[in-house]
Amino acid sequence: MNIKFTVNNKNYELEVPPMKRLLDVLREDVALTGTKEGCGEGECGACSVFIDGTVVNSCLVPVCQTNACQITTVEGLSNGELSKLQQAFIDYNAAQCGICIPGMLVAAQALLDKTTCPSRAEIRTAIAGNLCRCTGYMKIVDAIEAAALAKE
Amino acid sequence: MSVGKNITRTEGRSKVNGSAKYIDDYHYPNMWYGKTVRSTMAHAKILSINYSPNFDWSQVVVVDYRDIPVRNIVAMIFDDQPLLVESVVKHVAEPIVLVAAPSKELAQKAVDHIEVVYEALPTVLTIEEALAVKEKIFGDDNIFKQYTITRGSVTDAFQSAEIIVEGTYKVGHQEQLYIETNGVIATAEKDGSFVIQGSMQCPYYVHRAIKEIFGLSDEQVIVIQTVTAGGFGGKEDFPSVVAGHAALLSRKCGRPVKIVYERGEDFVSSTKRHPAIIHHRTGLTRDGRLLASEIDITFDGGAYCTLSPVVLSRGVIHALGPYKCPNVKISGRVVATNTAPNGAFRGFGVPQACFGGELHMEKIAQTLNISPVELRRKNMLKEGDTTTTGQQLSYSVGTQEVLDTVLERSDFLTKWQQYQQKNVSDNKRRGVGLSFFYHGGGFTGSGEEKIKGKAAVQLTTDGQVCILTASTEIGQGTKTIFRQIVATELGVDTDLVTFGETDTSKVPDSGPTVASRTCMVVGKVVQMAAANLKQEIARNLSAKLGCEPGQIEISNNQVSYPNSNPINFQEFAKEFVKEHGELKTMAQYSSPPGIKWDELNYTGDAYPVFSYGADVVEVEVDLDTYEVKILKVVTSSDIGKAINPAMAEGQIEGGTVQALGYGLCEEVVWKDGKMINNRFTNYIIPTALDIPEMETILVEKPYPYGPFGAKGLGELPMDGGAPALVAAISNATGAFVTEIPATPERILAALEAKQ
Repeated sequence: MNIKFTVNNKNYELEVPPMKRLLDVLREDVALTGTKEGCGEGECGACSVFIDGTVVNSCLVPVCQTNACQITTVEGLSNGELSKLQQAFIDYNAAQCGICIPGMLVAAQALLDKTTCPSRAEIRTAIAGNLCRCTGYMKIVDAIEAAALAKE
Repeated sequence: MSVGKNITRTEGRSKVNGSAKYIDDYHYPNMWYGKTVRSTMAHAKILSINYSPNFDWSQVVVVDYRDIPVRNIVAMIFDDQPLLVESVVKHVAEPIVLVAAPSKELAQKAVDHIEVVYEALPTVLTIEEALAVKEKIFGDDNIFKQYTITRGSVTDAFQSAEIIVEGTYKVGHQEQLYIETNGVIATAEKDGSFVIQGSMQCPYYVHRAIKEIFGLSDEQVIVIQTVTAGGFGGKEDFPSVVAGHAALLSRKCGRPVKIVYERGEDFVSSTKRHPAIIHHRTGLTRDGRLLASEIDITFDGGAYCTLSPVVLSRGVIHALGPYKCPNVKISGRVVATNTAPNGAFRGFGVPQACFGGELHMEKIAQTLNISPVELRRKNMLKEGDTTTTGQQLSYSVGTQEVLDTVLERSDFLTKWQQYQQKNVSDNKRRGVGLSFFYHGGGFTGSGEEKIKGKAAVQLTTDGQVCILTASTEIGQGTKTIFRQIVATELGVDTDLVTFGETDTSKVPDSGPTVASRTCMVVGKVVQMAAANLKQEIARNLSAKLGCEPGQIEISNNQVSYPNSNPINFQEFAKEFVKEHGELKTMAQYSSPPGIKWDELNYTGDAYPVFSYGADVVEVEVDLDTYEVKILKVVTSSDIGKAINPAMAEGQIEGGTVQALGYGLCEEVVWKDGKMINNRFTNYIIPTALDIPEMETILVEKPYPYGPFGAKGLGELPMDGGAPALVAAISNATGAFVTEIPATPERILAALEAKQ
């Protein structure tokens, strides 16, 4: 099918199978490989992206549902310069192997967009759908908390 | 000085902006995709392999064992594992046939049109069945390897013991669960050589594996590690299998071939932590002094040997824990079963041994009615003491410090007493648990002497210093801490030090990225290479200037020599390289003085040094559902020196969470030799909500032969989490759970057994 959508503020018109996963379309047809596959069944959150401001697991979304949508991936979180959140992830050693980070950043950004000063418990809830096997989550929570404070 | 500072991650930027390229992010225009036909039986003879006439086989290539030119093995210790099955499958998910096609979908379609017809053979699926020799599946007794450690005489000592405590403990499989599955791209060149790119811990293991399969020379195989998202041991030996398969397919189709496992496939086919049964019989004085310890430990190795003898060796050496005991007998063995081979997983035999050992200490304390702290204090190893293997600990023994700090920060004793007397509510019980443990750094015994790991540093045309090593960055921070070590040794800014591409045609063999050896062992070699570079610069410069080498100084990013103003290091280095070429200095590991190991009798210095840890875990158990909520975790770790404290904490926190998952919820469920919960939906690892705030204490008792005092770190935090958690459940409820994970069902059963 023919699909038109916006990814990171850029317009795309693609000819793709309707049931192809948004994750694969982003990685293969749009050539943005920042979004990762960890499980392919919506459990790990590594493939999290924004569709019209809502966080979704892109491995569970058939591309046919995204016509005329605005999609934001990890690549769209910065405009050349890193966002405060991304910088905090570097400063607090929140990324180890890094594979969960694109999804983790999307989930954290969604929280920061709607909550000015989240508690650590709120941060943990916001990233509960994003599995990390390296960090034990402490440094990730630290980074998100610091980015929230830096926003003030 | 860069060492000791929280320098940010070398590749940090690429990991937060999505530009880091993992193996699945690589694409070549003419690339094909590989898929694997796997056994559905645990033990069976292959009668036939049928290729359906309803599929156009000309669109794909198919590979079986007959396509292997030289040796059909996955090169490791015994070389008993075939790369592809020839006639008999020995475990479910064993690879039989490979397919490559222009798309993943077509490759899968081809796989779906291949039918393997089996004749079932009797199976051995558990440790108990293997020991009973239900069927002979390896040798006469199903035993891959056994070890015994003896010290003093347990027989005599048990006779004089005032009290004897016995216990049996059991642990199941654990999956490493790196979030990036295994993946490789192999490219067969026209001249018969190969380029292998992939997610891996040990490029030189893959290098050797490919050489063996195809009968190639060192130069004919190039292995390049791509950004690797977690290993935890799961990418130590297993990538050799994936690489071997991709290489066979690439050779047959004449194109690059990518194999990236789907999650379910990775789960069922790749190595896991060995299950184990651990039996302790301990003789003590009534006030809790250890007199005799008899330990028996059996590991389940799975269908092939892989790294099992080495896992067993580390397990038996650590089985007693960091305690003094004059009379010890430890017997250990690893058995064969018809399950996927178990292999390396962070801790490498110690988490199993430590769970048995530390939970047994809890049982002893309860039996003697003394506090778990008093029991530890009475028996802990201190500087000058001797371990089970007769190793005298003459330096860097932080046992008292880790115990003191963890107790103080967690307020353990107060809580422990309080929770025994009164508790939160009728249906909620709180408890605290303690564990105390150690972990030997580097390879066991004479392993490091055999590896003789090499590393180099090179002065480059742009005036920078490039580190050349096969030690890999897998998230744990190798790139950053090595740069800090070199910068500090050379006296230059960390920014001037770069980390060379991990490519076997460019870097020397530093040995594998395993065994908590990267910082302690290879880090030291890297430091020595940097010291050699400094010396070479001084030698060259002094000859030119007609002064003594000792008069040349490099510090604060400047080079100073007599009768001249100091000059900026980078400017100096550019000129130096123009004149002398790219100066490269190497170094190679040699053991610290006085280290002796007797492989035959299993006595002597098992490791050059141990790291020490103590964990306190606080839980709340719901007596209606028997669910366990972890409320607080405090860890204290003596790691010699934290090269980068934030990264050291990150390692400890991450390892502790894996250990808590091991104790609480991670369970591989089997049916007829098949893992049936091979998904994130039903193999449960901790989320951010399952894990409380952690306090991480770093203790630094310097190791004189490590880089700036550093010793092993990566595996230590995996050892103590599970027994501390289970001890906390006992403190809370009185339920003594002897098998992990401590599921609600097991807690309920333990409570019922008590009543």
